[in-house]
Amino acid sequence: MSQPFRLNKEGLINRKKKISFTFNGKKLFGYEGDTIASALIANGIHLVGRSFKYHRPRGFFGAGVEEPNAKLQVEFNGHSEPNVNATEMELVEGLSATSQNCWPSVNFDIGAINNFLKMFFPAGFYYKTFMWPKSFWYKIYEPFIRKAAGLGVASIEKDKERYEHKFEYCDLLVTGSGPSGLASAYAAAKNGAKVILAEDKPRFGGTLLTDDVSIDNLSGKDWAEKIITELKSMPNVTVKNRSQVFGYYDHNMLVMFERVSDHLEKKSKFTPRQRLWYIRAKETILSTGSIERPIVFGNNDTPGIFLSAAAKEYMKVYGVLVGKKPLIFTNNDSAYETALEFKKNNVEPIILDTREEHSSELIDEAKSKGIDIRFSHGVIVANGYKKVKSAKIGKLNKDKNSFEKIETVDCDCICVSGFWTPSVHLASQSGNKLKYEEKIDAFIPDKKKQHETSVGAANGSFTLEESLKHGFENGSNLSAKITETKTEISIPNVNEKKYGAHDKFWCMPLPKNENPKRFVDFQNDVSVSDIEIALREGYRSIEHVKRYTTLGMATDQGRTSNLNGLQLVSNIENKIVPEVGHTTFRPPFTPITIGTIVGREVGMEYMPTRKTPMHEWHEKNNAVFVDAGAWKRPRYYKQGSETLFEASKREAKNVRENVGICDVTTLGKIDIKGPDAAEFLNRVYTNAWMKLPVGKARYGLMLREDGIVMDDGTTTRISENHYHMTTTTAQAANVLSHLEYYLQIVWPELNVNVVSTTEQWAGAAIAGPKSRDMLSKLYPELDVSNDALPFMGYKEAEFFGVPSRIFRISFSGELAYEINVKSDHGMFMWEKMMEVGKEFGNQPYGTEALSTLRIEMGHVAGPELDGRTIPSDVSLNGLVSKKKDFIGKNSLGREAFNVESRQKIVGLIPIDRKSSIPEGSHIVQDQNAKLPNPKLGHVSSSCWSVENNNPFSLAIMKDGKNMIGKKFFAVSPLKNKSIEVEVISSHYVDPEGKRVRS
Amino acid sequence: MLYIKCPYCGLRAQKEFSYGGDATVKRPNINEEVSSEDWDNFVYMRKSPRGKHIELWQHIAGCRQWIKVQRDTATHEIFQTAKVTEEIR
Repeated sequence: MSQPFRLNKEGLINRKKKISFTFNGKKLFGYEGDTIASALIANGIHLVGRSFKYHRPRGFFGAGVEEPNAKLQVEFNGHSEPNVNATEMELVEGLSATSQNCWPSVNFDIGAINNFLKMFFPAGFYYKTFMWPKSFWYKIYEPFIRKAAGLGVASIEKDKERYEHKFEYCDLLVTGSGPSGLASAYAAAKNGAKVILAEDKPRFGGTLLTDDVSIDNLSGKDWAEKIITELKSMPNVTVKNRSQVFGYYDHNMLVMFERVSDHLEKKSKFTPRQRLWYIRAKETILSTGSIERPIVFGNNDTPGIFLSAAAKEYMKVYGVLVGKKPLIFTNNDSAYETALEFKKNNVEPIILDTREEHSSELIDEAKSKGIDIRFSHGVIVANGYKKVKSAKIGKLNKDKNSFEKIETVDCDCICVSGFWTPSVHLASQSGNKLKYEEKIDAFIPDKKKQHETSVGAANGSFTLEESLKHGFENGSNLSAKITETKTEISIPNVNEKKYGAHDKFWCMPLPKNENPKRFVDFQNDVSVSDIEIALREGYRSIEHVKRYTTLGMATDQGRTSNLNGLQLVSNIENKIVPEVGHTTFRPPFTPITIGTIVGREVGMEYMPTRKTPMHEWHEKNNAVFVDAGAWKRPRYYKQGSETLFEASKREAKNVRENVGICDVTTLGKIDIKGPDAAEFLNRVYTNAWMKLPVGKARYGLMLREDGIVMDDGTTTRISENHYHMTTTTAQAANVLSHLEYYLQIVWPELNVNVVSTTEQWAGAAIAGPKSRDMLSKLYPELDVSNDALPFMGYKEAEFFGVPSRIFRISFSGELAYEINVKSDHGMFMWEKMMEVGKEFGNQPYGTEALSTLRIEMGHVAGPELDGRTIPSDVSLNGLVSKKKDFIGKNSLGREAFNVESRQKIVGLIPIDRKSSIPEGSHIVQDQNAKLPNPKLGHVSSSCWSVENNNPFSLAIMKDGKNMIGKKFFAVSPLKNKSIEVEVISSHYVDPEGKRVRS
Repeated sequence: MLYIKCPYCGLRAQKEFSYGGDATVKRPNINEEVSSEDWDNFVYMRKSPRGKHIELWQHIAGCRQWIKVQRDTATHEIFQTAKVTEEIR
């Protein structure tokens, strides 16, 4: 159980708590506070994956978000997740990690043959090779590429975890808790600002945890702890670790991804796994720090090669050695700190510095500690396949393009440092045009675009003193503008080592006749030669080079590769980097789970469920529900083993023969009041409204300004200046907005108010020849005769003691009424109707029977009013007034709307009187015609006519009225059906409309 | 997500609003003759400017008022919002 690479003392892990886990089936252990990466390295394991294209062995390269290689399939807390960054995922008891993109195992991977065929896999290989023959694509090329490419495997299990969304507002959002972030948050908090401080890692402090510095005589780590403790105690501050701000959107909206419980062994049922924060910040401090850049050399992807700062972090945070014979390869001073840290732990490093011999505070310290420093030196190629064994190193000539001396040295790790790249992703996402800073050979934010202020290393300041100063100043000034309070804070004294200048050197040359791969982008296997090929083949724009080579397009977004790629392009093209430009930074900064994006909006919570007041009754009586927008409507009431078809036929037949009731609560209802209400309706509807008497309803048709039918429904004049409008269930919200638009914007002079009353009224339709008999029993005191309550009549009366409205309107084509009571009385009304209706053979009917009834009557609804039909298409031109103006009238004169052969609504019956015609079928002359078969129309609605006992459909057909009597085919390739049909009138039942008036 | 200042309710998130198109289009008067060219321009023809654009939004999940918003279509910057009865210059 010993961990050969674990130091005895160093680190911030909890050595009292051992955590066991498995890697590729092998049982191992680490400590609380380890990442998967640190625990594996402690156990001496470096080979963790295979590369994307060549299947080369890969190990860890970084210690955090910058990691390009170590993506694992991880099972923990009952779920399996692909592409988990081993350098970020904290160890939890029982976790099991496996390598990806290798078969049969990471040690012996068949796909590695690609590595030996690499001369055949250059940039653009896929584009060039898989072009022809075309027929090979589906059966051979695509399956091959799919098998070869890809990372982990997404789980097909239902995600049982809980994810949450949270909306938050603050004065100042600070992204990153390094020195500049801590200083900013502290200064702003002292000014009384509402502050959120977000830290991606589990531990606060950023580089203060690993740098050998002191602030006000405290170590960096202790100072960070002191500040965090104080911030946590302040009521105006929210401090969040394991929380990454990954996107900067419009109007200072930032989105943060919080890993709430992935690191917990046990959690309560309602603890979410992860949480997405939408943060609207008045000001943002981007203290996202910087990421170390590698120097490119031969076989630089061999396991055991690390960024030098990562090697230091493994020692200082996790107490782990990445190797015991390190080579430090650098072009700047920061790697010397790593060397000194090795030395402190009794490991002897060799430093290869590309710069000529010179001195600086750090170099002098390294010299005085007796560290072997070789100036003008660099690593040419790493030797070893699954782990670094030695390195061929070279002494560079003055021009740094050839070697004065080449030798081989033994080593078990190489720690490389090519200087630092500020993390400018969030600044760039905010719209900030970046500028190139020659002094640090990297892009930094330019003029503010939104309210983003970059400080510290993210802004290109690499000294602690400057970072703290900028942090305190900006935090204080930005917050003071908001809170109008300014608390003086003295900037602490800082003790840090001074760095000398770095060397502008990014890529080792190769000796003659040597040609090892030099990788720029590890995750996508893009090498120097790939970029050279792209340029040779004429790609010039960096965006094109990126797409052709896939440089920087992997999930690590090129964090360690983009700038080296740019330097290469600029060298070859003889341009300077700012002329080459940079590629676009897009959110998210690191991959986030789909579960987090979805949040609680899954299953039942996907959208609100609207239920009518009678819902419970429907449930108890075996209703099968159908979704109508957010509403649940009974589709049919199942009796015994009935099918949908049988039940709806029974229900519809009962309406035609006896009486049925239907829950129509979901219809949109709009109350319209005001002295100009009649004038308003007259403009909104196509027909005349000025003369509708009080106590009468009228059917109305509404158009859009382009002449297309928008909605239909009845509107009733309740009193002089009060109307009750109904809309279809689906269009209720649109119609209300439409009315509001005209009242607020177009005709504000009209004195009218509208309000939705859909949920205030419960509605039930009573339909069928016996409905009047039933109504008279429901209202024993009321005269419900045809004279007293004629078709389109309206009355208000008490319904067994509760106020109610009675409309004599019909959707089914039968004698029918609609009763409205206040929602609270809906269930009472329904139960009373069921009770009283018994003697008349009353049965409830659902939407399926409702559709059957309206279809065979030729009454149009949503499928016919589909946003493509004008009134005459659906035979409603009788409702279009020629005398007055209304919304959309001027469009009806358009030429295309008036051609003789324009589409019209018709009825269809199958010749065999048996075959149901699928909705959506196309009507064609010849079912065997060559494709594309000319389409004459389409089937909009279909039903089984209970009146005639055979199928019947409505269709919208070219020159429809002149087609009556002719035969066609209704073909549905979807259902693989072709049915011979005859065109008839759309009014299949009671064409004169006698029943509704009876 | 945009942050829109409703003249009635104050700053609110975009998800409370619904977009309503170009606010500078004026509907021809009702009951007045209109040439088919003017009518077609009103129904169909819209400019699609890159830059400042005065548009209608409705605060559907709030006060339900239609409002005017002057927004940059390229950067989403909002310069001004107003009641529909007010002018944006």
